[in-house]
Amino acid sequence: MSKKILLSGNEAIAQGALDAGCYFYAGYPITPQNELISYMAANMPKAGGVFIQAESELAAINMVFGASATGTRAMTSSSSPGMSLKQEGISYIAGTQLPAVIVNIMRGGPGLGNITPAQSDYFQATRGGGHGDYHCIVLAPSTVQEAHDLMPLSFDLADKYRNPIIVLGDGMLGQMMEPIFVMRHASRVARKRITKKWALTGCKERNPNVIKSLYLKEGALEKLNLLLQKKYKIIKEKEQRYESLHLDTAEVIIVAYGIMARIAKAAVNKLRAKGKKVGLIRPITLWPFPETLITQILSGLHKKKHSPLFLVVEMSYGQMLEDVKLAVNGKAKVEFLGRAGGGIPTEEEIISKIKRIGG
Amino acid sequence: MKKVFSHPRSLRNIPTHYCPGCGHGITHRLITEIIDELNIRERVIAIAPVGCAVIAYDYWDFDCSEAAHGRALAVATAIKRVRPENIVFTYQGDGDLAAIGTNETIHAANRGENLTVIFINNAIYGMTGGQMAPTTLLGQRTSTTPNGREAKFQGYPLKISEMLAVLPAVKYVERVSLHNPQEVLKAKKAIKQAFQNQIDNIGFSLVEILSPCPTYWEMNPKQAMDWIRDAMAKEFPLGKIK
Ligand SMILES: Cc1ncc(C[n+]2csc(CCOP(=O)(O)OP(=O)(O)O)c2C)c(N)n1
Repeated sequence: MSKKILLSGNEAIAQGALDAGCYFYAGYPITPQNELISYMAANMPKAGGVFIQAESELAAINMVFGASATGTRAMTSSSSPGMSLKQEGISYIAGTQLPAVIVNIMRGGPGLGNITPAQSDYFQATRGGGHGDYHCIVLAPSTVQEAHDLMPLSFDLADKYRNPIIVLGDGMLGQMMEPIFVMRHASRVARKRITKKWALTGCKERNPNVIKSLYLKEGALEKLNLLLQKKYKIIKEKEQRYESLHLDTAEVIIVAYGIMARIAKAAVNKLRAKGKKVGLIRPITLWPFPETLITQILSGLHKKKHSPLFLVVEMSYGQMLEDVKLAVNGKAKVEFLGRAGGGIPTEEEIISKIKRIGG
Repeated sequence: MKKVFSHPRSLRNIPTHYCPGCGHGITHRLITEIIDELNIRERVIAIAPVGCAVIAYDYWDFDCSEAAHGRALAVATAIKRVRPENIVFTYQGDGDLAAIGTNETIHAANRGENLTVIFINNAIYGMTGGQMAPTTLLGQRTSTTPNGREAKFQGYPLKISEMLAVLPAVKYVERVSLHNPQEVLKAKKAIKQAFQNQIDNIGFSLVEILSPCPTYWEMNPKQAMDWIRDAMAKEFPLGKIK
């Protein structure tokens, strides 16, 4: 059973986490994600879990590390400057192979930037962000409903792969309110602890468990790295997610994610109404990037005479563009439209860009 | 015949990597004896620091986690909050607890987390090769204070235990030393109290241990013990602070 309620993106993410059986939240206030921490403060204790307002993002991510080390579903959230502080902790979480969900409601940067929506943390999220060879799985919702619905998936993926997950939204998604379906309390995932044999629970009737990322013996750290790489390869093969529109007939394919994809979708619909052959790829996973889809399009699996032209639209300056170019690998032309620091490419700008590039 | 001395169950019977005369070994021994005496080995979750004791989990025979440098008390906070039935302690050096981790230390203490903190004050950074610590004495030479610590440039030895003791949520703070067998026995008593407090749900308890680092003090072990008595304990008075 489900019911429909009006929530902001930030609140929907928090509710989605509670629905997923998240039992621990720690965070530090920062705009534009403050509704998330407040929602958790109000609702996590009611759900029987632990809420802590941490003294900093550093403390918050390390609290998540601790909670997760006991086998508890744990998350934190922040916005861009706070995410920079969390990177050390995320690297430790990746190195110790702990599951964790980290939400970044992006704002304009660099530095203190401002609180307008942006997508400028794409590199930080998809490339690792902290030190060492690691990847987070990165999920990018584009509606308030999806922001809610991706949370249970995030916790499942985190547990399945013992890996940090980043949910990457932006200030607009975080703040906007939409009516969404949420699970009724009774149908929530039972908030009982999932048994994880590696978790720290006290060494009763078993050998002690250790959570660590330090490997000093010759070859031991390389072994861990090879194990991580093997895991990342499996994730790349199995977890690419996207939404697409009109790919079979598209001559111009817009690639956009999150809130930008919604604006792009409106542009696509307008252009389609005028008979223009425009399509859309909306990556839902930014890492792994849905490169297989692009490879398939270009290898003719979608039965096309001419290779389409790609237009990457971002609220940043050519970050996802690099992933599209890597996937296209020189086999098609890739154009770019992007603004950041408060500027959001508009429907009209997308339409006129498509006209200019010959769509 | 009555057995009067044995190896602690909670301490693995393997050689440690610690230098001769180092206080970490003595403290590991005390902690594991206490855990056995309190019969809590199967309930304990320990947080090893980044510092010379970084691989304490190789020596301790119970559940352990690493924590990034300075973040032990954030990690411990969450573990204890989600598993109050466990006995959670951190083991931290002066750099870990009173420099890079000062924020986590003060706020865990101020929240009154029901945790046990073992704070090893050796007035130096051991692991990275003998640099100045927040607790380095005035005039003490280290690799980053080649002419001795000067108040004018490096400030004074940080008395974090006294600072924490003023917080209402902090329940127990004691400073002990390892410089002779009598002091070691007092140290054991204080550490045991800090664990007992957690078992009794009393709240945040910290024991600061003045601990020798002969290697980076450039002394032999006997000189190091005497230097604690004659210099360190003057700056950091022993006894119950709260
Ligand atoms: C973020 C970070 N900065 C610096 C270091 C390097 N480092 C490791 S241990 C340490 C200081 C250790 O001193 P202390 O905490 O007093 O413990 P001791 O080694 O003396 O027991 C430093 C600076 C690190 N590992 N991580």
